[in-house]
Amino acid sequence: MSKVKIKQNSDFWERNRKSDGYLLKKTLLTYGISIARFILLFGMCFMILQPIFNKISVSFMTIDDLNNPTIISIPENPTTENYLMAAKLMSYSKSVVNSFLMALAIAVVQIAMTTLVGYGFARFEFPFKKFWFACVMLVILIPPQTISTSLFLHFRFFDILGLIKLVTGDTLNLRGSAIPYFLMSFGCMGLKNGLYIYMIRQFFRNIPKELEEAAYVDGCGTLMTFVRIMLPDAKPILTSCFLFSFVWQWTDGYYSKLFLGNVKLVSTELSRLVDSLGAFLMREMGTTVTIPVSYSNAILSTGTLMIILPLIILYLFAQRGFVESLSSSGIKM
Amino acid sequence: MKKQKKTLAGLQKRKAIGGYIFISPFILGFLIFMVKPLLQSLYMSFCDVKIAAGVINPVWYKLEQYKFALTVDPNFNRLLVEEFTRMLTNSLAIMVFSFFVALILNQEFKGRALVRAIFFLPVILSSGVILGLETNNSLMAQLQVNIKEAASGISITDTVETILRTAGVGVKAFEEVFKLIDGIYDVAIASGIQIIIFLSGLQTISASMYEAADIEGCTAWESLWKITFPMISSMFLVNWVYTIIDFCMRSDNQVIDRINTVMITEINYGLASAMSWIYFAIVMAFVGITSLLISKGVYYYE
Repeated sequence: MSKVKIKQNSDFWERNRKSDGYLLKKTLLTYGISIARFILLFGMCFMILQPIFNKISVSFMTIDDLNNPTIISIPENPTTENYLMAAKLMSYSKSVVNSFLMALAIAVVQIAMTTLVGYGFARFEFPFKKFWFACVMLVILIPPQTISTSLFLHFRFFDILGLIKLVTGDTLNLRGSAIPYFLMSFGCMGLKNGLYIYMIRQFFRNIPKELEEAAYVDGCGTLMTFVRIMLPDAKPILTSCFLFSFVWQWTDGYYSKLFLGNVKLVSTELSRLVDSLGAFLMREMGTTVTIPVSYSNAILSTGTLMIILPLIILYLFAQRGFVESLSSSGIKM
Repeated sequence: MKKQKKTLAGLQKRKAIGGYIFISPFILGFLIFMVKPLLQSLYMSFCDVKIAAGVINPVWYKLEQYKFALTVDPNFNRLLVEEFTRMLTNSLAIMVFSFFVALILNQEFKGRALVRAIFFLPVILSSGVILGLETNNSLMAQLQVNIKEAASGISITDTVETILRTAGVGVKAFEEVFKLIDGIYDVAIASGIQIIIFLSGLQTISASMYEAADIEGCTAWESLWKITFPMISSMFLVNWVYTIIDFCMRSDNQVIDRINTVMITEINYGLASAMSWIYFAIVMAFVGITSLLISKGVYYYE
């Protein structure tokens, strides 16, 4: 291997001379580009990572370190106490499992449903298509807060056109369970689902018609074409939608609070971490104590890190889904 | 002739039915979960809502709430205009930034997986509960100030700004650019999703196209314009729409903030609904017009 390399090096100038200096120019350009790219990426990565680095350094500090003005980023007595404390306060292992199952189930349901809908919008012509698509845009545009009161009442006295009341004599109270949220996900009305529909539709619109026609000619039905031809192509976009859905579900405090008030989830646990720290210290000491702001913030940073970590691991696995698709290479143009 | 027409109609009908079956989950969900809250909120915007002893009692008020929001309320108009201009510059910056980053991340280099993972962080950091925690973490703010002080005097951007200002070219456009560069962290954090959308779009362009262009003598610059742009133009549309909507609907937007204050602190549901409907109408119109313009340039295979 190395022999070959040396040989290449030795006749680099020879080859360069033969190509009228083109080779040198080309090599310099390649190196120049990769150096420029390295500098740019390094700068941007540092910009994104710096707040995270701050959090990491704070998370290893003791209270003394936090209050010591001479210590800025490297703790004097590194400790893992903060992690243990945050894990205890958030009931970490339990809430991570809960959140994981919940987010996974929700993300799978949402992506399955939005893929169907997005495909329908992209590849079929039917009456009132424009109208229904305007409805999708409406769903994207309306922030969940504006309709929350109505939704709350809707699920407190749940009924489908008065049918349930007719049978059981009373409306159903679906609050405090995950059922309403799953129902909403099945109806593509979960968090930002309109956006997924839009993304998936744009993707499917870009697949050549010839592929679909070839499948029809070969005897595939509508469903078969969708499953065997279109879905494998859509892997990159489906991966990114799945990631978004999972992440947003994982960190979402809004719907979780509305529907799953008493299930321990990482997002809700994190948002009340400071309160639970206060409650815990009060139980320990027996009296009301004022927690130093720096300490509560350090615990909060630690908790945030612990929540981000599983998502990064997930991303490292999921990014294999970003493979190059075959859609355009399957057609001779 | 007649028979042929009939079979075509049959196929079209079958396709229409297929289409409706595919989008039926959305239609059902929309009818069950969305229509009622929407209509309620629209109705309230025409009402003067009185709340007495926990009972909501809307009284028909015609267009008074709209008139009040647009002509009497001292802040609403100003906030609308301010946020709108901020949105324009920010959205453009986010689009350019995210496209640029996606192009780089799509290339082959060592440590690509790591860099991609780092650029995924903004998606996490700008979502859900974490966003709220980030903004009021005073310890982090203190750290930031410390680091800034330690690094003061060696800021390159400051120097460049001063040079450009003294050179006398610092007109209004430059000021906007300076503002964007100073806020580059916000732009980077807000463009996490756009980067991934662009990246997944870039992944679907087959390498053989570039290869063919290269053999035909296309430079990288030309193939950027002739291959990359047309092939991911549909993703441009998606990102533009998403960027605007994300900007307009996030909780630190001042108009949303004002609406929330009116609704929660001043308990004026009617006025809040009217304000949000005005806001929606404007945003919707803007999204509609711009996406119509962009979609003229979007290339589809069909």
